[in-house]
Amino acid sequence: MESVVKIENLQVEYRSKEFGQRTKLAVNGLNLVVQQGEVFGFLGPNGAGKTTTMNVLLGFVNATSGVAYLFGTNVREPIARQRIGYLPELTYYYKFLTGKELLRFYTRVFNIPSAEAERRIDEVLKLVELNGAHQRQIKTYSKGMQQRIGLAQALINNPDLLILDEPTSGLDPVGRMKVREIIQRLKSEGKTVFFSSHELGEVETVCDRVAILCDGELKVAGRVNELVEKYQTNLEQVFLKIIGYPLPP
Amino acid sequence: MNVIWAIAIVVLKELYRRKDFYVLFVLTALITLTMGSVNFFNDHSIVRYLKEFCLLLIWISSLVIAIATAARQIPAERENRTIFPLLAKPVSRAQLILGKFSGCWLACGVCLLVFYFFFGVIAASREHQWPVANYFQALALHWFALGVLVAVTLLGSIVFAAPSSNGTIIFVIAVGILAIGRHLNKVALQLAEPGRSIVYAIYYLIPHLELFDVRDLIIHDLPLVPWHIWALALLYAAAYTAFFLGGAWLLFRRRPLTT
Repeated sequence: MESVVKIENLQVEYRSKEFGQRTKLAVNGLNLVVQQGEVFGFLGPNGAGKTTTMNVLLGFVNATSGVAYLFGTNVREPIARQRIGYLPELTYYYKFLTGKELLRFYTRVFNIPSAEAERRIDEVLKLVELNGAHQRQIKTYSKGMQQRIGLAQALINNPDLLILDEPTSGLDPVGRMKVREIIQRLKSEGKTVFFSSHELGEVETVCDRVAILCDGELKVAGRVNELVEKYQTNLEQVFLKIIGYPLPP
Repeated sequence: MNVIWAIAIVVLKELYRRKDFYVLFVLTALITLTMGSVNFFNDHSIVRYLKEFCLLLIWISSLVIAIATAARQIPAERENRTIFPLLAKPVSRAQLILGKFSGCWLACGVCLLVFYFFFGVIAASREHQWPVANYFQALALHWFALGVLVAVTLLGSIVFAAPSSNGTIIFVIAVGILAIGRHLNKVALQLAEPGRSIVYAIYYLIPHLELFDVRDLIIHDLPLVPWHIWALALLYAAAYTAFFLGGAWLLFRRRPLTT
């Protein structure tokens, strides 16, 4: 099976803003492999290094040491991102464009031929239920609609790997359900989904495997059902135990 | 190339939807009104003075449009976080810079076309002649000078976080070069060392934008600049543009973007 995401001994240091401390270690010696077709949950408390790791995968931040690959290509090469879709936690797009123009722009970025692009745009607009609002400028969209246009742009190139950074934060229950449905649908199509979330119930429902990070280090990685079985409790309790949160007896 | 063009188109769309381009029409109306006022004075000797005034207005306005547009491109992408979904796609940082440059430079070109066209039509209606070749040379040199300014502003936008400070600094430098750039060598001669060497170094390093200001070609109907000199001047501007864009890329390529 092809490894879609491969991280080897990743270390990321930031210059610290605190006096007397030169650097802050955001990620320390992370090793991780995500296989094709998996829905992989990337968990950890705030400041654990999840977003930094995602930033390295997406080429926003360079690793201090170690290496990361997407589909076998070093993430430093822009072409490594040809087969991925990315939904940031906070969705901000060119608000002066209409929904359709935004998607057309991204199809040009992916070099999708125009006939294919139009078909693809209609398909994703229908999927995220924005086909009635595609001629309106994004600045007129509600928060939920902006999240959905974000999801549409992440899917525009029919990606083999979808990277979602807290995809359901700020969404209403219907929106959350819709995102879950899309993740399940992508899984059934053999796509890989790599996402971070604090909604552990949701992660337990949709993920095949999870990795839990704390203080920049990988604490555990494994199949959700195996972790739940091993610790004899739900994923939330497993998570709290692993990050060292004092649980009531 | 597709990626660069796609980014440039978004820059253009933003400009006309943000109504910045309407500054252009206000200015054009002002020019038209000024030129039209020739009849009120009933004095044809004033035409050249008005042409000079209008072309100065076009230069100032184009500098403002070029610098203000370029200064906010990359900071706005970062501030609005639109840079993240964009760079998460197979887009290199070099393509982003080139796309932004192309969009801003094209926008400047469109502005200049409209400015010079309106100006030309009205001047021709008063003088009953339109030296098209003079207009073409002046417009092309003006446009390439703006290319240098757009490139240096993009470079500045990576160094300075605030578009306003970047814009102000570049505007002051540009006006300074246009006003005293050609005299710096004479100033250097009057100075003692090490001031002389420093001013000479500045003289040889700065892009001499004043070379591209050939308004007299239109105002006084001077003979054309020899075409090979004109082409060399364009090459000179292109070299400086490439240098500044290269610098912008070098600074931006390793810069972390944190979400």
